[in-house]
Amino acid sequence: MPRIGVFVCQCGNNIAATVDTKKVAEEMKNLPGVVFACDYKFMCSSPGQDMLKNAIKDNKLDGVIVSACSPHMHEKTFRKACESAGLNPYQCEITNIREQCSWVHHDKTKKAGTLKSADLTRMTIERLKKNKPLAKIKIPVKKKAIVIGGGIAGIQAALDIAEGGVDVIIVEKEPSIGGNMARLSETFPTMDCSQCILTPKMVEAELHERITLYTYSEIEKVDGYIGNFTVQIRRKSKYVDEERCTGCGECIEKCPFKVDSAFELGMTKRKVIYTPFPQSVPNVPVIDAPNCTKIQKDKCGVCAIVCGPKCIDFKMEDKIVTVEAGAIIVATGYQLMPNERFGEYGYGRIKDVISGMQFERLASASGPTGGEIKRPSDGKVPRSVVFIQCAGSRDEKKGVSYCSKVCCMYTAKHTMLYSHKVHHGQSYVFYMDIRAGGKRYEEFVRRAIEHDNAMYLRGRVSRVYERDGKVLVQGADTLSGNQVEIEADMVVLATAIISRDGADTLAQKLSIGYDKYKFYNEYHPKLKPVETVTAGIFLAGTCMGPMDIPDSVAQGSAAASKVLSLFSADEMTREPITAIVNKVTCNSCWDCLTACPYSAIERDAVKNRQGVITKWLAKVNEGVCQGCGVCVAACRSKSIDLRGYTDEQVFAAINAF
Amino acid sequence: MKIPYYPGCTLNTVAKDFDLSAKTSALAMGFELAELPQWNCCGATFPLTPDNIIALTAPAKVLSNARLAGDTLTTLCSVCYNVLKRTNKVIRDDKERRSTINGFIEADYDGSLNIIHFLEILRDRIGFEKVKKAVKKPLNGLKAASYYGCMLLRPFEDMGIDDSEAPMIMENLVTALGAEPVTFPNKIECCGAHLAMNNEDIVTRLSGNVMTSAVNSGAEIIVTTCPLCHYNLEKSQPKVAESTPGYKNVPIVYFTQLLGLALGQNEAGLGFDKNQWDARPLLKKKGLL
Repeated sequence: MPRIGVFVCQCGNNIAATVDTKKVAEEMKNLPGVVFACDYKFMCSSPGQDMLKNAIKDNKLDGVIVSACSPHMHEKTFRKACESAGLNPYQCEITNIREQCSWVHHDKTKKAGTLKSADLTRMTIERLKKNKPLAKIKIPVKKKAIVIGGGIAGIQAALDIAEGGVDVIIVEKEPSIGGNMARLSETFPTMDCSQCILTPKMVEAELHERITLYTYSEIEKVDGYIGNFTVQIRRKSKYVDEERCTGCGECIEKCPFKVDSAFELGMTKRKVIYTPFPQSVPNVPVIDAPNCTKIQKDKCGVCAIVCGPKCIDFKMEDKIVTVEAGAIIVATGYQLMPNERFGEYGYGRIKDVISGMQFERLASASGPTGGEIKRPSDGKVPRSVVFIQCAGSRDEKKGVSYCSKVCCMYTAKHTMLYSHKVHHGQSYVFYMDIRAGGKRYEEFVRRAIEHDNAMYLRGRVSRVYERDGKVLVQGADTLSGNQVEIEADMVVLATAIISRDGADTLAQKLSIGYDKYKFYNEYHPKLKPVETVTAGIFLAGTCMGPMDIPDSVAQGSAAASKVLSLFSADEMTREPITAIVNKVTCNSCWDCLTACPYSAIERDAVKNRQGVITKWLAKVNEGVCQGCGVCVAACRSKSIDLRGYTDEQVFAAINAF
Repeated sequence: MKIPYYPGCTLNTVAKDFDLSAKTSALAMGFELAELPQWNCCGATFPLTPDNIIALTAPAKVLSNARLAGDTLTTLCSVCYNVLKRTNKVIRDDKERRSTINGFIEADYDGSLNIIHFLEILRDRIGFEKVKKAVKKPLNGLKAASYYGCMLLRPFEDMGIDDSEAPMIMENLVTALGAEPVTFPNKIECCGAHLAMNNEDIVTRLSGNVMTSAVNSGAEIIVTTCPLCHYNLEKSQPKVAESTPGYKNVPIVYFTQLLGLALGQNEAGLGFDKNQWDARPLLKKKGLL
């Protein structure tokens, strides 16, 4: 006969208001196998846990039921308490009588709540009688990390991991690390130059002995599980031997062909063999194959002729590199909503309507105008500039419903940069609300308004059109209740931050979740902000949603600390709630294999005494299995069971109802 | 080819020239606008509150009658087109409102009608290329500004006839007819619409903005699809001319009038005599009449 103890929690008044906990405990005492039952004000408090431990010892309990809040809250607490009292932790079960009972009942006579709590507890008792002690699973850990994305979040994560003594690979799609931050001119709220604070970190990452840079590379395939990922990386052909290239730049100089520069957002041209920007890391050019006449038509080849170390190879092909790693950090960043979406603002038709990022390049000392604010159409210095905020953000109809978070701040910064560079210029800002939540952010916006004379107009712009070389902006000023028309020389749109093209494909390769905007989902929005549902894969930066540089850096560090703590031991333990195959009844139909969303089912060879394979059976990889139970439902011969949730346990609970 | 046609009240009264020129030019293009045997007013405004079902009964009645005549319905007036198309969408997509409306009008209409504008017939069924080939008297040298107004284009999700922010359908037609299209910034701005009833000043200002913007962009003639826009522009022109130094009145015509002219139709069937600002002197000067 089992010796079960039942502990009913009052949770202050959370449960006790609608459940007579004493009565529930009394009723349980009469059930066969229950040798101890009581109620208590707060089971999760230290005295509550002590009481539980003492009761286990005093009554020689071999099973414990805590009827309290959701197992999500305190299952771990009570299992730990049981373990310290010498009980197998999986002999402790939780009955949820708070979220699923007391909170949904309003009956102050406590009749319904008590009845339901007793029913639920009785079900758990019957279930517990079928429990088997389980042992935690131990998995070896491959101590190497991969960071996908070499923007500021990825660089920060890689540096922190490397400083912690662990090898890390940065996989970056572009020819250089640096990401979007490399494009910015100055950064709010301190107005320090973006490149001046970013490039030291880029160089540090390049020189760090524990960091390997795979630039111009993309993730091809991801297999395995926490501690043991196998990642295939496509190293796109640069047509330049990275080892031998000295970065002299002779090839770039002599290349006779030019195309629009993607880094400069089409505002200037670059050569066909190029580095995206002067401070690129690594400082190795790549050949833009679709535009190279040598590769396409076998004409030219000047770069190979002038190259001193002879490192140009037009026959170079993509390479697939396979890397084993214990953890992956995804820091793939964001892109901006294409301005072509804003017909009413004339983008694409009116040359002097540009995006905020293009303004950053205009203001940047390394940009196409050398830091002078000149409008694209005729190169004149604009005497007045209109900034339109929320271009696509907070606009469910035409854009996205969320706030892009950084635009209020960078628009204020733009007005400042503009007034510093064009002293008699007037800037106008059309805004919905000014969202300047952050340390010294509100003061920053006030400075733009009060010291740099930015004219803030609360309202939306209905139309932008051209007349006589001017850009006319029609909008509403809702504070004065008037329609306004401004004759501007240039218009800057604060376009919405959106997820990167291909974010969904990468998420599918990694088996991580994403929302309807294709931003990656964190495990828990408050308490697990850098984890994903797939153990061993972490997130950092704007691939999760709009955020500014400080937040991205903080997340990079947070994700790095998660990786380092994962790597702190040679083995890691995980919950033993995994599927298990009955080898006697398995008939190798492989329904489980196709059903498993985590690819945790493997084909396992069964050999006879002579070592000849006689048949193949399904086997669960405990490292990968997440205990979802899909295979259990799919199995036709009922040969798969889920530890901790066996059919026997579930039916016992149902029968007790 | 006969296409069931809903003229609407305005085309039977103040915009007879629109109706006449459309019928004439349709025949010249090889199809006939077959007026519905029985029709009523469309209600002239699409209700903005979803529970204002009574306002949907008039257009629903038109639609359910039209369904008896065929699976397509064409119309010319932008307001009728707007109200009918949006009501049709409600009936098609919203089961609950469909059954209430059908209860009111004692019909069993399911929203299966395809509402198309005359412009869509020209663009999608015939094709502007064919229109161009059918032109007998190209409108060479005529600088025509296409004015869209609101109702033809918006809301985009419901109307979908063209890009609601940068439409080109009328310019493309005008080009096919051999004229020179003039684009101007105010081509999709509001003319003032029903404020003509109670606040003429606003109408004068808004219509004035449209006309001055078109004229400053080089337009000699303004082309519209909407009788209400047409009315507001025509009526406010004297006041605009009064308050705008150097402004000269321009003729305001329906696109069907130019279409008929280019297709070589007799002036009598195009209703030029009904325009307040006579287009004929201009057309004669250009050698088109």
